[in-house]
Amino acid sequence: MLSQARRWILAPLVTLLAASFVLFTAVWLQPGNPLTLILGAKASPAQYRYVAHKLGLDRPMPVRYWDWLTGAVRGNFGTSLVYKQSVASLIAPRIVTTLLLVAYASVIILVVGVTLGIIGGMSPRAAPAVAGLNGLGVAIPGFVAAEMLIAVFAVQLGWFPVLGTGQGLAGRLQHLTLPAIALAIASIAYVSQITRAAVSAEAQSPHVETARGRGLSGPRILRRHVLRNAAMPILTVSALTVASLLAGTLVVEYAFGLGGIGSLLDQSVQDKDSNVVLAIGLILVLVFVITTTALDFLQYLMDPRLRLKGAAK
Amino acid sequence: MTLTARLSRAPALLRAEEPRAKADMIAVAAGCVCLALLIVAIFAPLIAPHQPDTIDAAAISQGPSAAHLLGTDSLGRDVLSRALYGARLSLLGPALVTVVSTTLGTAVAITGTWVGGAFDRVTARFMDILFAFPGLLFAVLAVVAFGAGLIAPVIALSVAYTPYIARVIRAAAVHERQLPYLEACQLLGYSSWRTAAYHLLRNVRLLIVAQATLAFGYSLLDLAALSFIGLGVQPPTAEWGLMVSEGDSALLNGYPYESLAAGAAIVITVVAFNVLGERLTARSQARQ
Amino acid sequence: MNTAAPSHPDGTAPEPPLLDLSGLWVELKTGGRWRTVIQGVSLSLGAAQTVGIVGESGSGKSVTARSIARLLPRGARVGGDVRFDGEPVWAMTGARLRRFRAHDLGIIYQDPRAHVNEMHTIGDFLTEGIRDQPAHERRERAIAALRATGIPDADRRLRQYPHQLSGGLLQRVMIAAAILPGPRLLLADEPTTALDVTTQSEVMAVLAEQRHGRQLAMVFITHDLDLAAAVTDTIAVMYAGTIVETGPSATMHERALHPYTAGLLAARPQPTRVASLYTIPGRPIAAYESGPGCVFASRCAYAQQRCLETRPEPRQLGDHVVSCHRAEDLQGTLLSVSPGPAAPPTALERA
Repeated sequence: MLSQARRWILAPLVTLLAASFVLFTAVWLQPGNPLTLILGAKASPAQYRYVAHKLGLDRPMPVRYWDWLTGAVRGNFGTSLVYKQSVASLIAPRIVTTLLLVAYASVIILVVGVTLGIIGGMSPRAAPAVAGLNGLGVAIPGFVAAEMLIAVFAVQLGWFPVLGTGQGLAGRLQHLTLPAIALAIASIAYVSQITRAAVSAEAQSPHVETARGRGLSGPRILRRHVLRNAAMPILTVSALTVASLLAGTLVVEYAFGLGGIGSLLDQSVQDKDSNVVLAIGLILVLVFVITTTALDFLQYLMDPRLRLKGAAK
Repeated sequence: MTLTARLSRAPALLRAEEPRAKADMIAVAAGCVCLALLIVAIFAPLIAPHQPDTIDAAAISQGPSAAHLLGTDSLGRDVLSRALYGARLSLLGPALVTVVSTTLGTAVAITGTWVGGAFDRVTARFMDILFAFPGLLFAVLAVVAFGAGLIAPVIALSVAYTPYIARVIRAAAVHERQLPYLEACQLLGYSSWRTAAYHLLRNVRLLIVAQATLAFGYSLLDLAALSFIGLGVQPPTAEWGLMVSEGDSALLNGYPYESLAAGAAIVITVVAFNVLGERLTARSQARQ
Repeated sequence: MNTAAPSHPDGTAPEPPLLDLSGLWVELKTGGRWRTVIQGVSLSLGAAQTVGIVGESGSGKSVTARSIARLLPRGARVGGDVRFDGEPVWAMTGARLRRFRAHDLGIIYQDPRAHVNEMHTIGDFLTEGIRDQPAHERRERAIAALRATGIPDADRRLRQYPHQLSGGLLQRVMIAAAILPGPRLLLADEPTTALDVTTQSEVMAVLAEQRHGRQLAMVFITHDLDLAAAVTDTIAVMYAGTIVETGPSATMHERALHPYTAGLLAARPQPTRVASLYTIPGRPIAAYESGPGCVFASRCAYAQQRCLETRPEPRQLGDHVVSCHRAEDLQGTLLSVSPGPAAPPTALERA
């Protein structure tokens, strides 16, 4: 029982802690003086020292790290040096946009990617075509896809608006369609690739031969023997892909002018708005670690071989 | 299996050259494309029709023509020349990332497999922490700490990719490690390090090369993305990711040539390296 | 050609065989090229009769078994005839084929760990084969089948997963699953090769018991001539994708009419003889490596010119059917299994 707790709770927590330290260190190393943002370049040294002291910028790094961490855990990420409002209030509305975008892209990825993969895995005739599409898809990064989609569907055909977030659910979805597709393309290819390999391998495995030899129907074999056994790698890759979508929003939001946390991160890095960078960075890392841990756990649950001890040979 | 049969797996020491498998045409084609790209990058000044930064206010955002085969960008610069010159930085960054991450990853994997114990566990912990960061985020953090450009992201990506490569190489190394021929080598009196470095490495070398080509493709995508959002290579330098971004306004006005050319260059390069990498991976696995 | 034509003792016309293979040939695509794996296999089996197909690796015995069930890789080229109860198996479509596999056929594979889905419980595995039975009966029948194969604590086993059972136990489960739907023909593809010797004899005992109890016909694939002799009525020896000799098990393991069979017999280690082991010179070849003449000619000590040129047709010779040009002349001169000098009584040799 203790080892389980250690594995699923303690280890990820430690990883998170270490990652947050890395985050903080990177920001702390930032060249340039954030105070110039607040005071302008013409302030006197004394004014700098005063403000630095008020903001706690003159304390040693470990102390500042701890302050930030304890605050972050309670939801207090400090104040944005650029926008002069609490980071939390800055992020909150934008997170919704990003989450909507990621969710939209995820649905597309899973539906199209897994289906393509199954088709490629079960049908030897379709396999080369699917493989070819996959090979092409993984090479198309979000920003290239974004520009191409804009060029074709927004500029030429005018089916979709180019920029902005839109109003209401329907409006937002319409505005998010091209970005979601751009975000999804490379991941569709990747998920499809893994699915195809897993399904193809399972379809040729001996236990599927047993099922065929017993006269089970095609759909049943597909469901209970091919997919059930191939589910693990497919699930793993899908979840990892979704988690890494968060990083991809950086690029896509910039390309489409969406007001999400991705574009905010980009902006804050250029503006040297430390608190915002820290906050968004922490969110990204958090999502990643939680996803991978949850995946591990799911795998543990789903595979009886990992859960129950085997017999002596 | 007799001892001699097992020993016959030990490369170069005890057996004749194994018969060469027939060439894989697709891999060869991909390899040629990769080579061509490298040649273009190196000899860009000789191939390009124009200078990449020659501004021509009279020829802004034009489509393909005799003088400008791929059109011009928003400052009147020749797109083709910029794309050719852009190959240099666009390929240099990934090359550096590939070399560093592959070397580090392989070193960590092989040493971890051979030495085992505490070293292995500690490095595994480090790798776990690195796995918590998507590569792009790590590169962004590097830019935060050290400023925009090519150097910081390259170092960051090299570090970020190391655990992925290490994981793959390690899996293969662990498999090789417990094969009897390595034990036989030790019994025959070969020193520990020589055995590890020479034999273990040799048998996974195809896999290492395969991983390196894949790393090249992915790092190209990440670095170009970084330049796209303004945190990588800065203007007016020619670089593909940057070009896609700079061509945005022209694209909105119906002149997608700059973005298209740069985007196509990226896709072609990554496809070529990926195909090569995948074929090599398949080859290395077939040998096992 | 009937190798084991079942006929009534009173001399009336024989019933149509349960299983009839005639002139079966199979080509598979490997490494980009089409290769013949079986060339002209003919075999007959009556209800409740057993035939053992004995051969080395690459002889085509597994492919023969799979051809009966139509479990060949997609796109395999097949010719000749496979008939079950007079009906051509390779003409069956969809639902008919599935019914055939579900009700008439039971298959036992060599490696139970690979052939049983590790993600499902034993109970699920068993009941999946009898889905046309009413739900409440399935579990009972599964338990009964487990008990019949000598698995204790059947109730608990139903809920366990394959990896929790030992190899021998899992193979018994496979046997239970194969006989559960009440098939008429069992295909056993080296069912005990992957097991240790003690488990092997236990599993063989279970198999024999089930067969006798249910009057099942069986095709038993193995590389072990003696094992086949112990459990089957007839033995068919396969080499390079074709059957070279067929005969009753009772005499086959002592007296052979084909040089290859004789070689196999002589190559068995004898517990009573201390001498270097005899081996047939050369290595076993697959069907596509054989030439126009007799498939065994390249390794045969008695080969003559005509053996290299024309393929011998199977001919009846006593109670055996042999494919050899020189079968008559070689009768009696072929190596046969006789005890060596100063051999203790035969009780030691074979149970």
